[in-house]
Amino acid sequence: MNEPQSELQSESRIVIVGAGPAGVRAAEILVAAGLRPVIVDENQRAGGQIYRQPPAAFGGSVRSKKQLYGFESAKADALHRTFDKLRSHIDYLPETLVWNCDGQQLDLLGRGQHQSLPYSHLMLCTGAIDRILPFPGWLLPGVYTLGAAQVALKAQGCVIGSRIVLVGSGPLLYLLAYQYAKAGAKIAAVLDTASFSGKLRATFDLAKQPLTLGKGLYFLAWLRCHGVKVVEGVQKIAVAGEQKVQAISWHKDGSEETIECDAVASGFGLRSETQLADLAGCAFEFNQINQQWLPQRDFAGRSSVKGVYLAGDGAGIAGADAAEMAGKRAALALLEDLGKVIDVRESRRLDRALQRVQGFRRGLECAFPVPVEWARECADDEIICRCEEITAGELRHSVSHVGTVEINRLKALTRVGMGRCQGRVCSAAAAEILACSAGKSLAEVGRLRGQPPVKPFPVAVGVAAHVVESVAENAGEEAS
Amino acid sequence: MSERLTADVAIIGGGLMGCSAALALRRMNRSVLLLEQGWCGAQASGVNYGGVRRQGRPETQLPLAQRSHAIWQGLPQLVGSDCEYTVSGHLKLARSDAEMGLLEEYREQAEKFGLQLEILGRAALRQRYPWLGDKVAGGSLCASDGHANPRLVAAAFALAAKRHGADIREGVTVETATFDGTRFTVRASKGLEVKAKFLLNCAGAWGATFAGQFGEHVPEFPIFPNMWVTEPMPKLVEPNVGIVGGGFYVRQVARGNFVLGGGRGTGQLAIASARPASASMFASMKMACEFIPALQNALVIRSWTGVEGMLPDHQPVLGASATTPGLLHAFGFSGAGFQLAPAVGEVLADLVVHGVTATPIQAFRIDRFSE
Amino acid sequence: MPGIGKQTMTLFTRVAETQREPIVFSLDGRAATALAGDTILTAVLTQADSLRLSEFSRRPRAGFCLIGACQDCWMHTEDGQPVRACSTEIQNGMRLLSSVPGGVDE
Repeated sequence: MNEPQSELQSESRIVIVGAGPAGVRAAEILVAAGLRPVIVDENQRAGGQIYRQPPAAFGGSVRSKKQLYGFESAKADALHRTFDKLRSHIDYLPETLVWNCDGQQLDLLGRGQHQSLPYSHLMLCTGAIDRILPFPGWLLPGVYTLGAAQVALKAQGCVIGSRIVLVGSGPLLYLLAYQYAKAGAKIAAVLDTASFSGKLRATFDLAKQPLTLGKGLYFLAWLRCHGVKVVEGVQKIAVAGEQKVQAISWHKDGSEETIECDAVASGFGLRSETQLADLAGCAFEFNQINQQWLPQRDFAGRSSVKGVYLAGDGAGIAGADAAEMAGKRAALALLEDLGKVIDVRESRRLDRALQRVQGFRRGLECAFPVPVEWARECADDEIICRCEEITAGELRHSVSHVGTVEINRLKALTRVGMGRCQGRVCSAAAAEILACSAGKSLAEVGRLRGQPPVKPFPVAVGVAAHVVESVAENAGEEAS
Repeated sequence: MSERLTADVAIIGGGLMGCSAALALRRMNRSVLLLEQGWCGAQASGVNYGGVRRQGRPETQLPLAQRSHAIWQGLPQLVGSDCEYTVSGHLKLARSDAEMGLLEEYREQAEKFGLQLEILGRAALRQRYPWLGDKVAGGSLCASDGHANPRLVAAAFALAAKRHGADIREGVTVETATFDGTRFTVRASKGLEVKAKFLLNCAGAWGATFAGQFGEHVPEFPIFPNMWVTEPMPKLVEPNVGIVGGGFYVRQVARGNFVLGGGRGTGQLAIASARPASASMFASMKMACEFIPALQNALVIRSWTGVEGMLPDHQPVLGASATTPGLLHAFGFSGAGFQLAPAVGEVLADLVVHGVTATPIQAFRIDRFSE
Repeated sequence: MPGIGKQTMTLFTRVAETQREPIVFSLDGRAATALAGDTILTAVLTQADSLRLSEFSRRPRAGFCLIGACQDCWMHTEDGQPVRACSTEIQNGMRLLSSVPGGVDE
């Protein structure tokens, strides 16, 4: 599937970025209306992260969907089947990165080749990554995000170590512990930074998604039943090791405990991936619930840019079910904007359902607060930016000695966020430290501006692309 | 919320020209009020390539460039930081005998201005710089040229100016500037009004707009130089590298990243509107790999551009207004202002304090466009 | 330093789907085996403790997010090509290095 351009000559070209829950459901609605969208996705197979499938090369000997996705297996299966049915009605570009968006054109990198893809309508379903915080030892081999640990199991049939500690907060923490324990991994401890009382306070809001609440309690009960050490209200951690993880210590209520381990997975909920929305020119606003700058969207998913739509976790963390609904709703909005007749009852139903999700989002953040003091109060020698190895002390120095109060300035002067990941991993913590040192709110320190390529791009591909373009240009000239 | 201020000198524009002028004026005890629409050094000053070179400049710029070169050597003492300034040498490559001829000619001319250049033939070049591809016919090395980190330089000058007592207002957009025969009145956003005997137009790509308010026509237009940077790579290339004819340049910083430029992005004369162009980047990548084959394996991690003021003869406007006493211009550096900035600041200070400067700047007079 | 004394060290453990075609590759010049469908990251970390050394501190790194976001798992093949380990499948005959060719390893 390297040259689909010849098939994509239609005037109205709809491109969906992301083949996760939001993207697939959006495509479903569009195809049902007789349209043929393009779906571009970085992974080899559809499903996003939550319903990520093992590689095709695993062949027939794959675990069942029940084993892979547990309680979500029916939803995962439904999504996969939907996508399989859509295959012949869409133009599908897997293993393809969208690295730039400019002038209604996308720059793609697929299987080592550059491709330019103009669009009339763009649906961004770019999903999320783990929200992380730094802690002593977090750069050691053996330290991963919770999402990484889950992908290792789901998509590679591996666990990240032989004595694993999970630390963080959010629905993924207990789910992962449960999945790992069931797969035979040795979980040395689950360290929950959220407190029981906090979760209790949030129960009303969490109860808006009763299944999530129920599942969380189920996993916790199961873990305790199976002798997995679970500690709530953990305040600070530190990972020790020479060349890799060897032990973890934590503080709780004034006392400290240390255990040996060889792997640590950490995460505090999710953080939306918004780089393409930024490059597409979408207006952003600081979202108090998610404590992140997010692209503005209306109730249906229209961004501030005509023809650009946003759905799923990539525009605000709300979970997989909400992502499916948001994908549908945004697709309906797109159809409306194309002047097509839509199922108004369905769109209203989705609107109501998505409204209820808002309460759930608040509940999530309330039950699983992010211990931002891990960043704000970390030692000066704590590395905040993994790529460039910039320490908290360097950030603080920029504030105290140069008067830096804005995050792009901080990046320009200290190099934080200037490495390969372009701030994906470090910018949240960097913003916390900047805000704390400068005496500003998170919103006031601004947001990192996106710059293309959104992920590293091989020079060799650019050279080949230029050669191709030159040849095409010269093709009309006479050879002399 | 209005604020009425007075100063000896009002400066429009907090890029490198404005900030270096502010510093120079403060060191000569003139009070300074500087107005910048965004952050100091956020436009061309902060996003340019970072080349600190005299080689390749037209002769008319060499005295100014030599004055600047001397200031660069004392940068840490002047602005409190070395800004990653490296005297790495500047290597200008030729791809043909004809281009080699141009380099030889330039070397002779440059010597008159005290600029020593070393011409290297193909064999000598490839022996000294084994990382070079084989399409080069030769090159010219200026051993005492180099490069620096433009983001740090702009910020350092702004900070130094502040520390010396310059009043610098960021996030302030100048709306009008007028002269009543004695003093200038500059009105800006946030209710700011500044009265000063001298006004410095250091507004970069917006310089012609302000010049126009004083009846001076300058055919300035914005360009958006395309820049891209690789991941850190093992240290390979020492000099700052350019080519005859311009349009491509590359340097490897101490941390190992290659910074490259070539071609144009797109944008308008508005901050934060400039976008790098992929096609330009690809063309530049092809050239990069021809000159430095090792770059074939590099990853680009970021590309950017910024707003730069260009003039048709590629020379800046620098010097006194032709219509209004007390008004001085320094803008339109056409992509080659970075190295000149420290001296430009001093020249402007000379003109304010003494009315004259020892450095020849006739070639940059503003009224050359109406002749 | 990677490449020395790593024979019995691993990070990842396989727990499922281990009946797959073997893939033969080399890591730092030593022959190694993985399974079809492994990413380079899995292939390396089932027999070694790290993927690469960081450019600045020369400390070992072994990836972080596994979903192609953090960019911490870039390795190189022996002929200098960069590959992102978590999102690239291991292939027969791949020759991988766990530190940059010509890098500062003194």
